[in-house]
Amino acid sequence: MDALTTPFLTGTATGAILLMAALGLTLTFGQMGVINMANGEFLMAGAYAAYATQQLIGNAGLALVVAIPVSFLVAGLLGLLLEVSIIRWMYQRPLDTLLVTVGVALVLQQLAKDVFGAQGDPVVLPSWLNGNIPVFGYNWPFRQLFTIVLALAALGGLSAVLKYSTFGRRIRATVQYRDLAETLGIPTRSVDRITFFLGSGLAGVGGVAIALISGTNPTLGTTYIIPAFLVVVAGGVGQLKGTVIAAWVVGVVTAFLTDWTSGSMAQVLTFALVVVFLQVRPQGLFTVRTRSLA
Amino acid sequence: MSDAMLELVGVTAGYGRTMVLSDVSLAVPNGSAAAIMGHNGAGKTTLLRAAVGLIPVKSGSVLLDGQDVTRMRPNQRVKRGLGYVPQGQLCFPQMTTMENLQLVTTRKSEIDEVLDTFLALRSLLGRRAGLLSGGQRQQLAIARTLLTKPRLLILDEPTEGIQPNVVADIEDVIVELTRRGDLTVLLVEQHIGFALRSTARYYVLESGRITGSGDGGEGAFDPVRAAMTV
Repeated sequence: MDALTTPFLTGTATGAILLMAALGLTLTFGQMGVINMANGEFLMAGAYAAYATQQLIGNAGLALVVAIPVSFLVAGLLGLLLEVSIIRWMYQRPLDTLLVTVGVALVLQQLAKDVFGAQGDPVVLPSWLNGNIPVFGYNWPFRQLFTIVLALAALGGLSAVLKYSTFGRRIRATVQYRDLAETLGIPTRSVDRITFFLGSGLAGVGGVAIALISGTNPTLGTTYIIPAFLVVVAGGVGQLKGTVIAAWVVGVVTAFLTDWTSGSMAQVLTFALVVVFLQVRPQGLFTVRTRSLA
Repeated sequence: MSDAMLELVGVTAGYGRTMVLSDVSLAVPNGSAAAIMGHNGAGKTTLLRAAVGLIPVKSGSVLLDGQDVTRMRPNQRVKRGLGYVPQGQLCFPQMTTMENLQLVTTRKSEIDEVLDTFLALRSLLGRRAGLLSGGQRQQLAIARTLLTKPRLLILDEPTEGIQPNVVADIEDVIVELTRRGDLTVLLVEQHIGFALRSTARYYVLESGRITGSGDGGEGAFDPVRAAMTV
């Protein structure tokens, strides 16, 4: 039983991190045609923001509570800076954005090395996260459960904003049909900027969860960026529901494959499985249903 | 307030390096209705897209109520009173009918007022727009644009691909709008009879150039048909 429970629960927690990394990507890729390879470094920025907050505040529990909005802001502002300075000139040019953001990712990694050092820094777990829950014989760490709760909160918050707020409707409109949104008076460039801020901020929150599980590291973003893009494409670009399911499936499948083979082989096999899936269903899990081409 | 609500002065525009419109000039007087007629591929939609700001103008200018809006983005033109109903019954398919309307305003009184004109939409407010019929989507598209409170309403083939009984409803609404007096209407329409009945002036566009113009009405039917016959 343990052979099934352990990878299932660990994979679900990994899926939760992938979800936080992919939520922003699915919006920016769907809305602006931007492949933002620096999104992994926004995870890293969030992790370091959590570490820095803990250094400042001391009390691990309080630091964690403060770190969540701080990481959101730090990563969000980095994303906004990237959008305003570089990305806005490259909308609907995915290959150009891919190349440029790989460069930005390298710059951010080097910056983190210069500021915090090449070695990773540990983040102290608050006492209330320092335990386990027994689940079918497996002692499931609280911090993994916390990661899932954090991802669900981020997803719930984003869904509520998209569904119920005027601004959220404008984001959805711009994702679905940019020109039409413009002709209804929606300032799509401002929407783009705020979407980039939101998406990057969510990745920052994901960084807090990573910091709690494995500490900080200047290159931690590279571990998550490719799987996060797999999630976006497999879920259907711009589709939140698809992103959620794909993140969970990729997380769990990778965890099982890691158990059965090795970490690197699991990555290769997951990648191959997604490629095969996209051959069968190129549009991803979900797509827009209409009665016409509109 | 200018005499012309919309004026195109020597507009040349197209896609990339391919120019579709060549030195097009026309003026739609304030409070009037005008139609642009032409074969498929004549450049009618391109002309409207240039007027709205969806494609850049290579040379020439676009004036809205006397103000040069050539370099303005589409959303800024909307704020200055330009309303655009694009070709193809476009809507946001994943949003409900109500959400499509709420993109423009969340004021219930304003939405109610528009729904009084498009009664069929009242029972479809919770349905996803992508699942509406072509006629229902076109009514939604016009209703949504009217919520922007336009002073100039540009409609691109509003009856294209719609079943005949719904076409009659949409035509009635457009005729009603052209008679309001406070709204200027520019219409691209393949149905010559309807276009000429509902507008005071017509322009014939051929290969990206204005090749004819005149007063609308039933009397213009023969010259327009002749101009549009290959």
